[in-house]
Amino acid sequence: MTTPRRETLAKLTPVLTKRWLSPDAWRIGTYEKLDGYAALRKALKAHPDDLIQLVKDSGLRGRGGAGFPTGLKWGFIPQGDGKPHYLVVNADEGEPGTCKDLPLMTHDPHSLVEGVIIASYAIRANRAYIYIRGEAVHAARRLRNAVQEAYAKGYLGKNILGSKFDLELVVHSGAGAYICGEETALLDSLEGFRGQPRLRPPFPATHGLYASPTVVNNVGTIASVPYIVLGGADWWKTMGTEKSSGPMIYSLSGRIANPGQYECSMGITLRELLELAGGMQPGHNLKFWTPGGSSTPLLTAEHLDVPLDFESVAAAGSILGTTATQIFSDQDCPVYATYRWLEFYHHESCGKCTPCREGNYWMVRVYRRILSGQGTHEDLDTLLDTCDNILGRSFCGLGDGATSSVTSSLKYFKQDYLDYIEGRTAPKLSDKQLVGAH
Amino acid sequence: MTTTFTEETRARAREIIARYPADRSRSALLPLLHLVQSEEGYVSPAGVEFCAEVLGLNKAQVGAVATFYTMYKRRPTGDYLVSVCTNTMCNVLGGQEVYDTLAEHLGVGHDETTADGKITLEHAECLAACDYGPVMTVNYDFFDNVDPQAAVGVVDELRAGGRPMPTRGARLCTLKEMAVQLAGFADEREGAVADGGPGEPTLRGLRLAQEHGISVPGFDPNTPIRSKAEADAAAAKAKAKAETEKPAPVPARGGDGASAPTGTAGNAGVGEPARPEQATGSTARDVKAPDDKSPEVRAAETRQPDAATAVPDAPGTKVPVDTAPPAPRDAQEAEAAGAGTNPPAGDGKPAGDEAGAQERNLKEAEAQK
Repeated sequence: MTTPRRETLAKLTPVLTKRWLSPDAWRIGTYEKLDGYAALRKALKAHPDDLIQLVKDSGLRGRGGAGFPTGLKWGFIPQGDGKPHYLVVNADEGEPGTCKDLPLMTHDPHSLVEGVIIASYAIRANRAYIYIRGEAVHAARRLRNAVQEAYAKGYLGKNILGSKFDLELVVHSGAGAYICGEETALLDSLEGFRGQPRLRPPFPATHGLYASPTVVNNVGTIASVPYIVLGGADWWKTMGTEKSSGPMIYSLSGRIANPGQYECSMGITLRELLELAGGMQPGHNLKFWTPGGSSTPLLTAEHLDVPLDFESVAAAGSILGTTATQIFSDQDCPVYATYRWLEFYHHESCGKCTPCREGNYWMVRVYRRILSGQGTHEDLDTLLDTCDNILGRSFCGLGDGATSSVTSSLKYFKQDYLDYIEGRTAPKLSDKQLVGAH
Repeated sequence: MTTTFTEETRARAREIIARYPADRSRSALLPLLHLVQSEEGYVSPAGVEFCAEVLGLNKAQVGAVATFYTMYKRRPTGDYLVSVCTNTMCNVLGGQEVYDTLAEHLGVGHDETTADGKITLEHAECLAACDYGPVMTVNYDFFDNVDPQAAVGVVDELRAGGRPMPTRGARLCTLKEMAVQLAGFADEREGAVADGGPGEPTLRGLRLAQEHGISVPGFDPNTPIRSKAEADAAAAKAKAKAETEKPAPVPARGGDGASAPTGTAGNAGVGEPARPEQATGSTARDVKAPDDKSPEVRAAETRQPDAATAVPDAPGTKVPVDTAPPAPRDAQEAEAAGAGTNPPAGDGKPAGDEAGAQERNLKEAEAQK
């Protein structure tokens, strides 16, 4: 493997991931030695509004996929309204391809806990919840342990560090539903209901958990807060681009030499990321990739130089999403890949909205037909028509996400579809292989 | 009335309910459903009844929730739940063969349990470990980069009474024991929390940075948090200064832009681009290579230089900026006063009044989704 060029290496920005190198950073003693809880002490001396302003100034945007400005979100919480406020951390990581929050919570759980305390103080919340994906058991173990340690040290509970600020923090495990990563479905789930999205408005900022003002933030967003409190907004903005500031954990998977987590300055390109990751595996040539999970439209080799920040990826016709970069080669079939994603959306659709529930059900069937060599040319129109009827017609983004890979694969790889339909590609599925999702 | 559940389970149920606000006990339903699985291995009708009873719900309400979530099993399960990821990435990397091989080897299909009651097999959706693909989990702890042979080895060992060590995560327990943890209780097993260091893929970017001595320059944990009073004073001063100097040319090196981080997007760009030497200052390693930079990166750096530290300016020649070194600490007083008199964030009106603004912003965010 050739060493990446110096200027590419310089795009690495180990900030949130840095403590992962210290095997005991999940213990509070080690964490405290590595700047741990210093940000909390500093933050508790500041006025909560100044913290909100600081986060606004930093330009921090949500790390969960939508990239909403975090400080703005915090500022929406009405103050002095006499209602309890809540902070809910969305740790329901499940977007296919995404694998950055689990290692963070497993290897550096206190950074999330510290961020939770600071954010709660800023928005004046006395109760916070971390809604963690059920399957993420080891991350939850470490997180629960961290919360316990933080209580024992007086970082949580009553009168934290003599500041008169109280906070109760509960780690709440989900039970296996991708939809609960959608913030309003998450809130319903946390209230003890089926996880189904709510109609907005009203927004969680005013009517969130228990119909009270609530901030819902992703793990990476909240874990960024202590660093901004320590290093300042201007330091944070030395990383990333003007409108997409800070470092971002890029999760590279697939047909590359060294898959893994690469925390880089936002705006790095796939070409540079591939350089860091040792290039494609021998015998594989890049064919298609997702910039941020399966809900983001596919990109191709012609997009190698698109800066991976919120604006540039949008300009290229996709979405930055969770920066879960799944890389596929010429040995992978975009039709089959899309089919498997659709099986996923079909399984995970909560059933609330007809377009998403029925549309995904039928699209899966159309794909099976195409992949078993029985597709027709009309099927392609049916797919696009179905996507038209799902996109923007459901309560939440799950249905929209499902259409991403369908429309983008049809845009870039129509020939691959035609090859199945016109018999040039051998059928990929037989009845026996129609395993699909549950 | 249910009689199946032990006093220990009932005590745990009370503990779970106590985690949530008194009038919001329904929040305890998900952990309670995990709890009943910890005793029965699945959510039985008795389990549903138990949850309904302790929360004051009816069985239909509980059943509706229990059947929504994949992790609540509706039939008795084995000691070990083997989940193979067959979502796209793991699938193309070989996960489908792993699943097919296990199904054939064990003689069971999805969500079915072997006759000896040891293993329940399922194909799972993305398990959030794509950099280790293909993966499978046993009771949700990871076995990474599995191939059919390795997977068969794991299940054979499990059926023979062994407990193979997961690649990452803690030593195995039974599915019922795991359900106790899912209900929100600590893993009491000696050393279990410490098990499982990060694997190489997790650390790859870090190792590269370490190897080449890369870190993010300019991090000063003592950077002050500016109070509103300070911010207002700085803004007022900047404004006054800007007015007196109105016809004056754009200040070099974009110092002005830094004082107003919002709304001056173009400012940094139009000013004379900072030279990288200036931007990084003299102390920092020049890890940001001078060339080959995207315009955005350059703009961000242009906006940032000298604001905090770097080049000393002659007194009085410089517009105060964001990170002006902590104003003499009599500002402490001002800060305290400011904190006291600050209006609460927002305007105190129900935020619904701001729905316009909020909606616009959310739309913008949605548009990107």
